Amino acid sequence: MATEQGSNGQMELHGDELLVVDGVKKYFPITRGIIFQKAIAQVQAVDGVSFSINPGETLGIVGESGCGKSTLARCIVRLLDTTAGRIMFEGRDITNVSRVAMRPIRREMTMIFQDPYASLNPRKRVGFIIGEPLEVHKLGTPAEVKRRVQELLEVVGLNPEHYNRFPHEFSGGQRQRIGVARALAVNPKLIVCDEPVSALDVSVQAQILNLLKDLQDDFGLTYIFIAHDLNVVRHISDRVMVMYLGQVSEVADRDTLYREPKHPYTGALLSAVPIPNPERGRAREAIVLEGDVPSPVNPPSGCRFHPRCPRFVEGHCDVEEPELFPFGNGHVAKCFYPLERWPMTAEEMRRRGTARAQEEPVQA
Amino acid sequence: MALLEVKDLRTSFKTEDGIVKAVDGVSFTVEKGQTLGIVGESGSGKSVTCLTIMGLNAKRTTMSSGEALWKGKDLLRAKSSELRKIRGDEMSMIFQDPMTSLNPVHTIGKQLVEAVQLHRDVTVRVAKARALELLKAVGIPKAEGRIDDYPHQFSGGMRQRVMIAMALINDPDLLIADEPTTALDVTTQAQILNLMKRLQEDFGSAIIMITHDLGVVAETADDVVVMYAAKVVEHAKVHDLFNRPQHPYTWGLMGSLPRLETDTERLVQIPGQPPSLLRPPSGCRFHPRCPYVMGVCRTTEPKLLATERDPSHLQACHLDQETKDREANKLIESTMAEVG
Amino acid sequence: MFRYLIRRILWAIFLFLVITFVTFVIFFMAPNNPARAMCGGDQAGPVCLKTATEKLGLDKPLPVQYGLFLKRLVWEHSLGTSYATSQSINETIKQAAPVTASLVFGGAVCWMIIGLSVGIFSALRPRSLIDRAAMVFVLIGVSAHPVWIGLIFSYVFGVRLHITPIANYANFFGAPPDSGLPGGPVQWAYHMILPWMTFAILFAALYVRMIRANVMETLNEDYVRTARAKGAPEQRILFSHVLRNALLPVVTMLGMDIGVALGGAIFTEYVYQLPGLGRTSVIAIQAEDLATLEGVVVFATIAILFFNLIVDLLYAWIDPRIRLS
Repeated sequence: MATEQGSNGQMELHGDELLVVDGVKKYFPITRGIIFQKAIAQVQAVDGVSFSINPGETLGIVGESGCGKSTLARCIVRLLDTTAGRIMFEGRDITNVSRVAMRPIRREMTMIFQDPYASLNPRKRVGFIIGEPLEVHKLGTPAEVKRRVQELLEVVGLNPEHYNRFPHEFSGGQRQRIGVARALAVNPKLIVCDEPVSALDVSVQAQILNLLKDLQDDFGLTYIFIAHDLNVVRHISDRVMVMYLGQVSEVADRDTLYREPKHPYTGALLSAVPIPNPERGRAREAIVLEGDVPSPVNPPSGCRFHPRCPRFVEGHCDVEEPELFPFGNGHVAKCFYPLERWPMTAEEMRRRGTARAQEEPVQA
Repeated sequence: MALLEVKDLRTSFKTEDGIVKAVDGVSFTVEKGQTLGIVGESGSGKSVTCLTIMGLNAKRTTMSSGEALWKGKDLLRAKSSELRKIRGDEMSMIFQDPMTSLNPVHTIGKQLVEAVQLHRDVTVRVAKARALELLKAVGIPKAEGRIDDYPHQFSGGMRQRVMIAMALINDPDLLIADEPTTALDVTTQAQILNLMKRLQEDFGSAIIMITHDLGVVAETADDVVVMYAAKVVEHAKVHDLFNRPQHPYTWGLMGSLPRLETDTERLVQIPGQPPSLLRPPSGCRFHPRCPYVMGVCRTTEPKLLATERDPSHLQACHLDQETKDREANKLIESTMAEVG
Repeated sequence: MFRYLIRRILWAIFLFLVITFVTFVIFFMAPNNPARAMCGGDQAGPVCLKTATEKLGLDKPLPVQYGLFLKRLVWEHSLGTSYATSQSINETIKQAAPVTASLVFGGAVCWMIIGLSVGIFSALRPRSLIDRAAMVFVLIGVSAHPVWIGLIFSYVFGVRLHITPIANYANFFGAPPDSGLPGGPVQWAYHMILPWMTFAILFAALYVRMIRANVMETLNEDYVRTARAKGAPEQRILFSHVLRNALLPVVTMLGMDIGVALGGAIFTEYVYQLPGLGRTSVIAIQAEDLATLEGVVVFATIAILFFNLIVDLLYAWIDPRIRLS
């Protein structure tokens, strides 16, 4: 699939991309055995994902738990080895580079984690936590590191005098600011944010989102922003990628994706988000998907979304796997029967058109 | 008579650092069949309010005062045996995390049967039949085959369905739902909210919906209570709250929400952090974070009063009506601006 | 479940091989020459030494010796004969094992009774007088040595108060006729009270701590709150929802501690002069009788592996998450 995507606009590269992810797969083996463990199955956590990011851009990755978005993030920053595919950073293949060769690249690419309570070592002072990446990369004398840390504290909106405090002396939102400062310390080009605001309260969440936007403007950062909250992703992203069961189901620039989604799953996701407006929220009918997300060990045949899809066509969707069809302007969706318009009701969604099917007739 | 009438409820916890007033003078009523939403951020006291009503706080470290009149009877002064009779029968509760809210060593059938037999003098057979009926009602596929399964064999969404089945099994008059969809994915959340709506029509229960999500409140509640730092800051019908919010904290909450249906370059942010309840701020508790703060806000605590034009819309803010209307309109305009 | 069972059994066999091999090698490398011990120690004559060496197979290479040892153990169920007394080691262990078993299992019952009752009570009433008293008990139990406790007990209850005997063992099934020794279940329990208590104190202290912590933690679990919200009375909550979950880790601990306890039994047997495995090994060490010592170690290994297996099964039976995986 990965190579086929090369033909559809999504992967047409111009050479200036900061990051190119090409057909990346990550399988986790499930082992069983009485003495010797042998792999009996594989969790196909990420299964052939391709995309690219331009410098200064924010790519939002959205999907439900188990869609592989966090695994993908860990593959990108090389916290996990990939099973197949290529990851190119600034034109250099980093898929299999050694730990030592990876070290300078880690200065260019950092990560912000979800849980501001668990991701900071409780026994270390804030100054040490933020300054550690600088020391690891030997960037400056202790005095310089201290000055830099205080500067960073100020940049993320904390008091530079709190240099010597411990993480538990800060609230959740402040801790996430410390996480941001740590990611910023080495002046990276790309920051991978894995659910950075989902553990925070709404008012604090807004502070962090605004901070991330400001930092992007000031330092020309590129973000991969992973979240399950469609509102948050929409707010921060330039382009959005929707994932389902380890695969990409739709990619488009932000406004297109939210205004004219083509994939039924994207439509269902959008319609499932409660609207903080009683008139509008109650007027529309949510498209409620049946059942749970299937297991990534035995993903459904054909289109992975078919068992839950309102416009499932028997003999087609469960037999043949759709590719990422182009809809112009970099908009791609992995569906044979894309949505004709948006918004639509559950009833309208079930009445599928035959646009894609007519183009490519299939024997049922 | 209202189903539940809470008057000046106060709950405080003894901790090593001192006394935390987690709920400080909360009043509201719930009518039969109605849905009351309680919104607030973590630590606002919304969950503790309901745990106090249910009598589920740890007894040794908790002190409560005020009244919680259940069909006219004060639950705070009821004997624990009387409270037990009401709990799970007339009034039941579901919780945020379905993964940990079911006992891992008992089958779900056993846990459902227990819920019936605690309140009804029926045989296991009858109770099990009822359990099966409820599992079907909440949409567990192949319920007959799954009733003897253990909780770990279900997904999160399915476990929350089991929790709902357990809460509704004795036909309660009131269901308290404490962040029932927070731990769930958005499509599962839609399933559960739909289910609750449908079951409310079938069972006719009143619901208290505790949530931090204004979207959930907007779609489910009739009345809404907004809590901040252990106090009610605003209380109104859902349409009034979203169309004419009266409190700066409510404005902040609404403005800080990224929205699907509107474009905003920058979110309104409430500066600072929620206050510590060990030493809450003087005067209005929101004053250190409030962009409209005045001298009086620092010294005098505002009372929860009805607005001039609507006796059912309560708010606790010193600002004059004119300013409030102006700011509310500004906010509504900015957030209602349709995309495109 | 079946898979789990097979895995546990294979694991036990593997452990058995490793442990016996390691003990065998350690004894092989020990500086004493067993042939010397057989020929009467210092007065050993060269002829006797030579025949003894051949008889014991000491001239063969180590893996062969281990193979022979294993073959004898598995096919003939024999642990060999003592170097010092030429007695069958099986016989020695057959006499000593019931004594140690009485001590360990009686002691385990004692420590579980104390641990459960005190632990649960202090968990339900933290910071109460009983809870604090239990903490003091725990401190003493953990820090005091069993020999010291044993001496204090026999002095206070035996020598001063004359409530209990201070030493010796009474056979549960009656003493051999004409021996003049006490026997029967009552005498057995009567003679064992002090050893049990001495033996149990260390573990009782640890278990009080652990059960208290587990019960308190489980009381804070969400599903306990669910049970309360259902209207379940406290007693039902404790028995049906709290204890089974809280005791899961205790079961695992119990399996591991039986092994530790066998080691601890040596001191208790020594103080109360009980003819158990501990005292047998002490005597064997003094006589440089490595064969007997090795027999005791191998027997203890088998016993510990066996109990661990039982505990694993028990655990699977209590916890559906293991049973059904």
